[in-house]
Amino acid sequence: MNVSQARHRRALAIFAVVAALSAITGCHKKDKAVNPSSLGPMPAAPAAAPTATLSADPVTVDLGQSVVLNWRTQNATTVTIDGVGEVPVNGTQTVSPSTSTNFHLTAKGDGGSTEANVRVTVRVPAAPSAPSDSGDMGSEAAFHQNVQDVFFDYDSYDLRPDAQTSAQTAATYLNAHSAIKIVIGGYCDERGSAEYNLALGENRANSAKTALVNAGVAATRIRVISYGKEKQFCTEQNESCWQQNRRAQFSMDR
Amino acid sequence: MNFRPARPLTKLVRLAFASAFVLSLSVTGLHAQDWFKTETSSGVSNIRIAVADFKAASANDPQTIPLKRTFDTTLYNDLANAGIFDMVSKSMLPQVTPGAPGEINLAQWGAAPTSAAMVAFGAFGSSGGRLTVSGFLFDAKNAQFPQVLAKQYNEDANDDMARQIAHRFADEIIFRLGGGVAGIAETKIYYVKIAGGNKEIWAMDYDGANQHAVTHLGTVSISPRISPDNSRIAFSSLGRDGFQIKMYSLLLNRVVNFPAAGGTNLSPAWAPNGRDIAFSSSRTGDPEIWIADSNGGGTHRVTSFRGPDVSPVFNPKTGSQIAWISGRTGLPQLYVMDTDGSAVTRMTDGGYATSPSWSPNGQFLTFAWDRKYGPGAPGGQDIYVMEVATKRWIQLTHDIGRCDFPSWSPDGRHIVFANAPGGRASSTRIVSMLSDGTGRHTLTEASSDMPNWSWK
Repeated sequence: MNVSQARHRRALAIFAVVAALSAITGCHKKDKAVNPSSLGPMPAAPAAAPTATLSADPVTVDLGQSVVLNWRTQNATTVTIDGVGEVPVNGTQTVSPSTSTNFHLTAKGDGGSTEANVRVTVRVPAAPSAPSDSGDMGSEAAFHQNVQDVFFDYDSYDLRPDAQTSAQTAATYLNAHSAIKIVIGGYCDERGSAEYNLALGENRANSAKTALVNAGVAATRIRVISYGKEKQFCTEQNESCWQQNRRAQFSMDR
Repeated sequence: MNFRPARPLTKLVRLAFASAFVLSLSVTGLHAQDWFKTETSSGVSNIRIAVADFKAASANDPQTIPLKRTFDTTLYNDLANAGIFDMVSKSMLPQVTPGAPGEINLAQWGAAPTSAAMVAFGAFGSSGGRLTVSGFLFDAKNAQFPQVLAKQYNEDANDDMARQIAHRFADEIIFRLGGGVAGIAETKIYYVKIAGGNKEIWAMDYDGANQHAVTHLGTVSISPRISPDNSRIAFSSLGRDGFQIKMYSLLLNRVVNFPAAGGTNLSPAWAPNGRDIAFSSSRTGDPEIWIADSNGGGTHRVTSFRGPDVSPVFNPKTGSQIAWISGRTGLPQLYVMDTDGSAVTRMTDGGYATSPSWSPNGQFLTFAWDRKYGPGAPGGQDIYVMEVATKRWIQLTHDIGRCDFPSWSPDGRHIVFANAPGGRASSTRIVSMLSDGTGRHTLTEASSDMPNWSWK
């Protein structure tokens, strides 16, 4: 429903509350003025219109928390709340909405029907624990920013601590974009034998894949290829270039 | 202050120098001891053979002279490379070219300065597009019955056939005089040619001639291994799903089917029965040694340790053992096991070892080893030979740059390997040597790698 309607209903609710309050106070005044013994038999008065109020406590919650709905009606015989069902004419109900909800109460009586509303806001956290999925693959730039290559020590295919963190960040991003499939390339520096380096590159790529799978990425989304020392990122013969080449590279699998 | 007379002092100094010299000699002597003798230089002194320039028959044909030059050079080189002869240098030969048994004066060849024990000579002619060659091997010490070999050849007249005839005749001589081990003059070497970003499989004669491409796949293809019957080359090629084992048929001249599997599949090796192939595959996650038949069926896994396992090679004499490289303890080491995966034995004790090749007699393994490998340590990778039964080893190459991928020749007397003198991958070329480390010949120019010697 749109904002003006909500405002309208809220105004109506406030008005109803005010009206009910004044009606109640009005009754009080009447009681004080009249001497009960002077009254004759009660004439058959026309049925009063039902009134209803509905409130929620608290009005804003975090996802997973509960809300207590509280309603009071007057002159109503049937009271229903959307999403809850038929309820007693006065009462409370605990609910746990998963998203922001407008609770709508309808009170029907002999004198007609009335409505009451209250809006409960649910705060959904932006963290990846929410399975909310954008459904698309995201941009290439965003991919490379979040899913970064991991680097390895000399002759090793175990993930270093900095590589572990990198893999975690990558897993988070991949969990949020479940449409993405990736291919992991394993690489080695140019020292050592071509055949052994192909096997080592394979183990490096598999290490990275295992880290992602353990963080919740489905294994079917990941492909692994080893390039050994066949495709080098740089060709200088110094340690900084060699470190650049000892990596598992992530790229989007098309 | 009186000086002592100079003479006794210099005597003392001289003595000191002499003893120091002797000491250093004995120390270097100890180093020299580890050059053990393999077949080429064990005990028997090499046979002294004189190779005459062949007589030019039908000299009016213009092709005769240039083709004869090719033939003479090739024959001489084949016999010189064999490793079992003491060649009489061309300048010591008598200034005659006998073309037939009746034309040779054996005494001349057996006497100084030639002092030959064996003489190879004959006639070479080209006519009507055909080469006719007759070759003889005579025993210079046996005046009564000197003829050891008499051969005739008839082939098309071109440079390639001139070389092939020379190869065949040389092989006959080597077989007869080399104790029954076939010569290698007709064998081939298959290798990887680096062309830009791609690598293709090439082939050449054992002496570096006739280099030509075999595959044209336009990707990275490595580790060529020729089958024992020379009909197929198994290799590993980079495709969309990583490296796969591929089979090239030299009879059909195209790639034939070999089933692809997941993971990285590389370094195929043939069993001597010509049916089975061992290779490294990571289809189960970790690279392990697998065995399949040459059509890809009957695939089963042989190793199952954590760590990369690559570069298997069968024992070519028995076919019941496999040597391979494993990184299960860290840096890659050389191991031997039975083909069913049992009796795993570690051969090297440290360093970085790769690329084993098993000698045809089943007794030796040659491999590339860097004994001081590590970050910061100066890497020096050389070719080593290790005796399988005792694990004793010797170093064959010293200070010529990075060496890798040694491969034994079928006569067990030669090893071909890749050498990168500048350290950079693009400077790699293929070098052959005798299996005691002497007699190095560069066979190709730069950008050639991973040689594999054919079985016959």
